[in-house]
This record gives sequence, structure tokens and C-alpha cells, in this order.
Amino acid sequence: MMKRNVGIALAVIALAITGACKSKPKVTAGPTAPLPQQSGNAPQASSTAPVISFFTAEPTTIESGQPSSLRWAVTGATNVVIDHSVGQVSPNGRRAVYPTETTTYTLTAASAGGQQTASVTVTVATPPPPVQPPVVSKQTWQELIAQLQDLHFEYDKSDVRQEDQATLSADANTLKTIFVNFPNIVVTIEGHCDERGSAEYNIGLGDRRASATKDALISLGVPGDKLKTVSFGKERPLCTDATEDCYLQNRRAHFNAAQ
Amino acid sequence: MKPRKLFSFLIATAAILAAGLSWRALAQQPPTNIKIEGTSTVQTVAVTDFRATGAAQQYMALFNATVTADLGASPLIKLVPKTLYPLQVPQSINDLQAGAVPTAHPASGLRLTDWGLAPVNANYLGFGYGAEQGSQFVLFGYFYSTSNAISTLQQAQLVAKPYTGTLDEDGVRRVAHQYAADILAVFGAKSLIGSRIIFVSDRTGSKEIWSMSYDGTDQRQITRYNTISTFPSVSPDGKKLAFTSWLRGRPEIVLFSLESNRRLNFYNQQASMNAFVDFTPDSKQVIFSSTANGGAAQLFTANIDGSGLRRVTASNAIEVEPKINPKTGADIVWVSGRSGMPQIYRMHIDGADAQRLSNGEGEATNPAWAPNGQQIAFAWTKGFEPGNYNIFVMDVTDSSKLVQLTNNEGRNENPSWAPDNVHIAYASKRGRSSQIWTMTADGKDKKQLTTQGSNEKPVWVAASQ
Repeated sequence: MMKRNVGIALAVIALAITGACKSKPKVTAGPTAPLPQQSGNAPQASSTAPVISFFTAEPTTIESGQPSSLRWAVTGATNVVIDHSVGQVSPNGRRAVYPTETTTYTLTAASAGGQQTASVTVTVATPPPPVQPPVVSKQTWQELIAQLQDLHFEYDKSDVRQEDQATLSADANTLKTIFVNFPNIVVTIEGHCDERGSAEYNIGLGDRRASATKDALISLGVPGDKLKTVSFGKERPLCTDATEDCYLQNRRAHFNAAQ
Repeated sequence: MKPRKLFSFLIATAAILAAGLSWRALAQQPPTNIKIEGTSTVQTVAVTDFRATGAAQQYMALFNATVTADLGASPLIKLVPKTLYPLQVPQSINDLQAGAVPTAHPASGLRLTDWGLAPVNANYLGFGYGAEQGSQFVLFGYFYSTSNAISTLQQAQLVAKPYTGTLDEDGVRRVAHQYAADILAVFGAKSLIGSRIIFVSDRTGSKEIWSMSYDGTDQRQITRYNTISTFPSVSPDGKKLAFTSWLRGRPEIVLFSLESNRRLNFYNQQASMNAFVDFTPDSKQVIFSSTANGGAAQLFTANIDGSGLRRVTASNAIEVEPKINPKTGADIVWVSGRSGMPQIYRMHIDGADAQRLSNGEGEATNPAWAPNGQQIAFAWTKGFEPGNYNIFVMDVTDSSKLVQLTNNEGRNENPSWAPDNVHIAYASKRGRSSQIWTMTADGKDKKQLTTQGSNEKPVWVAASQ
């Protein structure tokens, strides 16, 4: 009996070490079946209850569908079974399992001398919901863009007019709001002309108007790398009347945005 | 076939053969005793009123008027008023009587010298006749020198040719243009037959590049980009078309093969705009306007594929519409805002010796070289409010030599010279839409070529060889 007692003591120490290292595997220590009766004819092994050295899962917490590796070592068993469809296994081994929900695996080691069980729980963590980007409705940035007002220019001129300074700073503030809240937005400044100059010269002039508007906005703190310029010359008029009012409407820097 | 028609058919056939032979002989051996090049005096020309047989006769008034208009429009010749003509006129070469100096009075009209001496005093005589043949219009056109220094009719013959066309107004007009062009070719004028006009039209809903015959027929769409494609130009070898397009959002240069109708590689500078291409006479280099420098649009030259960029201008002003002298390749005219409102300037293609050609009044724009490299046509608001352009022609070496070609006929822009150095295509806006017109370089013979949508930016291109 000395030998057996030593064996049990070793198992307890092993479990204690395992338990100290890993909190999870819970081994039901000690014989759960009645001690087999002594029989002089029976082989030594079969008369001794099996010993589960360890039964671990690594990792013990997974996300659904990920693997966890079960490892075990058993001595003195004639039959080693792990539940949850793992089935009969060899005394020493490892097996990957892919539980989709938290599962407690129980290893049962049996011999003629009795049976031992040990359990380990693999916790299937629910993945945290993905971080939702701040909900932005298109309406919102489009509304902001719609607040941007055209700047207007004198004939054959590209400098921002004195009377447009208030519009310019209002536009600068709106643009800053847009760029802070919607980092993916790039705003295009379109330069346009009235119908009187030549189409060719007006391409150059529209370019100057867009570029002068951009420079003025940058000087008010709007980030220049978010501003593109394009000239349409007189190719995209707002109105086609031959009146000074219509000409002024067409001589404009207009804002357009894309995500 | 009625006997009379049969007779005229036989005569016509014989004439075709005779004319064909002598025309070929002429082509091989041009008369060396007729000095055309270098003549400073304008040559006088008489052209008889042609008559025709059968159903062709009803179109001869149109034929005669068209020939007279074409010849009258050329600065190379002067037409003698028909009231001075002899009563009898030759119709076929068989009518001509060999050229002894006439002693009989009055002049019969059947000798060339009858036309060369007073009162007609024509250096050249054109005559011929038309016929209806198998529902076709056939015309036999002749053109002779009347110089009494020429001893044989054969030597005096400059044009002798059958022309055919459909027996309707279009066909007859076309034949008349061809005959007139052959006469003008004697004086060095290039024929317009086969030449085309590239232009911009919005008739499909967006501005695309189009092409048509110089008389407005056969209008064809070249580009289908559904954006703005405009400012066309064509390389002097006729093989490449360049234009400016907003295909990628910004104005960029697109190079296009007119042979394969495909886009060619062109490297666009990283810039807010690249536009207004013109080609060197060898078609190997381009000049254009770009903001590649970061400031206002400046002029740059580059290789035909956009590589090898060289800056030409260095100003703070807008520099656009560079046009290379087609004769020399050495000087350019362009539009600059360096003195205020846009004006026309000229300088060496490397950027040296810039001088203003227009006098600073109003806005001067759209310069276009005449093929002779001596004159430019351009659009100018001189004397009018902004936007009211008229077409002018100016001598680039003497800006005081200035002719106004349009006046009170709407807004007139984008002149482009025909290869004959005589005609000009332009855009005229009379009402809400712009249309392509042609006229002669003295402002006569104005004709509208387009009607659908708005049409602008004509570029007259010589017939491909």
C-alpha cells in the first residue's frame, strides 16, 4: 500500500502544481469509485486506479470557431475517454477542439482498479461588437457643404473682393467643421467665369480664381491639403442671360465635395 | 438616245480623251515660259459663261455664279467684267483658232489674243461647257494663257479637264468649286477640295470634337467622352489631334490619332490645368499652357508625348493660346494678360523678344496664323463692349496693316485659316447658339456650315495626302 499512497501523493502534488499554474483545469481528485477489492490473482495494474497527471486546455478562452488544444497525461488506465464527441484517446495526447460555446470537457480514465475524471472548461467568449464608427448621415456633410457660399469676382479679376470677406470667413469656418468631423472629405474649389472673355483665357482666369480662393482660405486656417482646385472657365455657367447680374453670378468660386 | 444627244455625247467623249491626254502632258511638262511665282501684279482673268446640253442647262446659272464667286474671292486674280467680253466665245478647244495676232475687226472672240488685248485685257481665259450624260453632270473646263508670246494653243493650255458630279445643285456646285480651285491652283492657291474642319459641338448634350468637310457636309463625331472636350488642334502632318478635356475632372491635354481614332499617350504635368496645344511644323513638338509652375498658366514646350518639359514664359500673368508660325516654326503668337486685359503678343519660341501686336484696346484673343506665316487672324472687341468680338486680320510685321472682316454680325471668334490662305473658318454667335461659318480673308462670301446645337472652335485642316 505504500506504493499506492506515494502515487496518490504524487498525483496530488502534480495537481497542486498544475492548479497553481493554471486555475482552470479542475481535476476531481481522489478515487470516485470504491476501491477495488484486493485480489491476489489480478494483475498489479488492473488492481490500481488510474492516475491523471494533467488535463489542460490552452487557451482556455477562445472566440467561437477558434481552436483550443486539450492536453493530457494519464497513467495506469486501460481506457481514456473525453466527452463531447472527442471519444477514446490514448493515455498521453493532445487534441484540438473547436467549441462554438463554452464547454467543459471531462476526461475519464478507467482501469480495473477504478476510474478518475478530470475536467477543463474552454470558455467561448462572445467577441466584442466592432467599434461602430460614429454614425454619419450623408445628409449631414452635404448640408454643411450646402452652407458654403460662392465667392464672386470682378471682371477679369481673381482677387477676393472686400465685400466677400465675411462670406470667405464663414466658408472657412464651415470648411474647418467639415474637415474635423469628416476626415475623408475633400473639397474642390471650382473657378468659373462669365461668357464675355474668350473660352481659352477664361480657363486661365477660372484657375486663378479657384487658386486665389484656396490661398485666402488657407490664410484663415483651413488645411490646404483638403482643398483641390479646378477651372471650368465659362464652360459651366449658372445662367445665360446677357445681363450684369447674370455675369456676376457666373464669375464665381464654387465649392463641391466628394468623400 | 436622240441624235442630238448622241452627237454631243460623242463630242464629249472625244474631248474627254483629248483633255485627259493634254492634261497629263501638262502635268509632266509645265510651261516654263509662264512666270507666276514672283509676279507682283495681280493677274486678270476672264471666264466665259458656260452653257450645257439637256437637263444640265438648268444648273449652268448656278455653275457660273459659283465659279465667279470662288474666283472673285481670291486676292490672287482679278476678274474682267463680262460686259467687256467679245460676243462670240469658245466652248470647246475645237472652237479656238490658232493664235495669229488678229487684224480683223471686231475681234472674233475665238482667238486667245482676242481676249489678251484691249478691251478685255485678260491674261488668262477660262471656258468650257457642260453636258448631261447618263443622269450625271459632266463639265469640260479649260483655262488658257492669252499671252501672245506663246505660239501654240498647246503651250497656252493650263487646265483641260473633264469634271463629273451628280446632276443636282450640290453636284454642280461641287464641280464649280473644283474647276475654280484648278484655276486658282495655277496661281499657287491650294485647293480646298478634301480639306476638313475640326470643330466642337454640344449637339449630343456635351461638348465633343467633330469633323466635317470644308463645305459643311459629312459631319462626323470624333470623341464620345461625355464631359467637356474642346480647344482642338491638329498636327501639320494631319495625323494627330490634340484637345483639352475634363476626363479626369480637371482640364488636361488629350492626344488622339486621326489615323487609328485612338487615344495616344501624352504625359500631363501635375497641375490644375494643362491646355491649348499647338504643334511645331514638323509635328514633333508641342507648345501648351500649364500651371505646372504653381502660379498663373504659363507657356511650355515639350515633346509630342508631353515629355521633355521646357518653360517658355515666366510672368505672373495668364499666358494662353500659343500658336507656332507654321512657316518658320521659330516664332509664336499668343494671348497674355501681362498688360491688363488679354492682348496678342509675338515672340521667339524660346521666349525671347516678346512684343505686343494688338494695341491694348479692349480684349484681343484667338490668334491664328495664316499658312503664309505673314498674317494672323484674331478676335478683338475693339470699339465694342466686352464679349463683342469681331474677326480681324493683321500683318505680324506691321500691326498697322489691319483689316476688320466682321461687323455687326453677332459675336465672332475662333478664326482658322484654310490651307489656301484665302478662306477663314470662324464661330459666329447670332442669337443663342454659336455656329461655324466660312468667309474669305477680306470678309466676303460668308457661309454658315452648321445648324445643330452650338458649334465653335473650327480648325481648318488640309486634305490628307
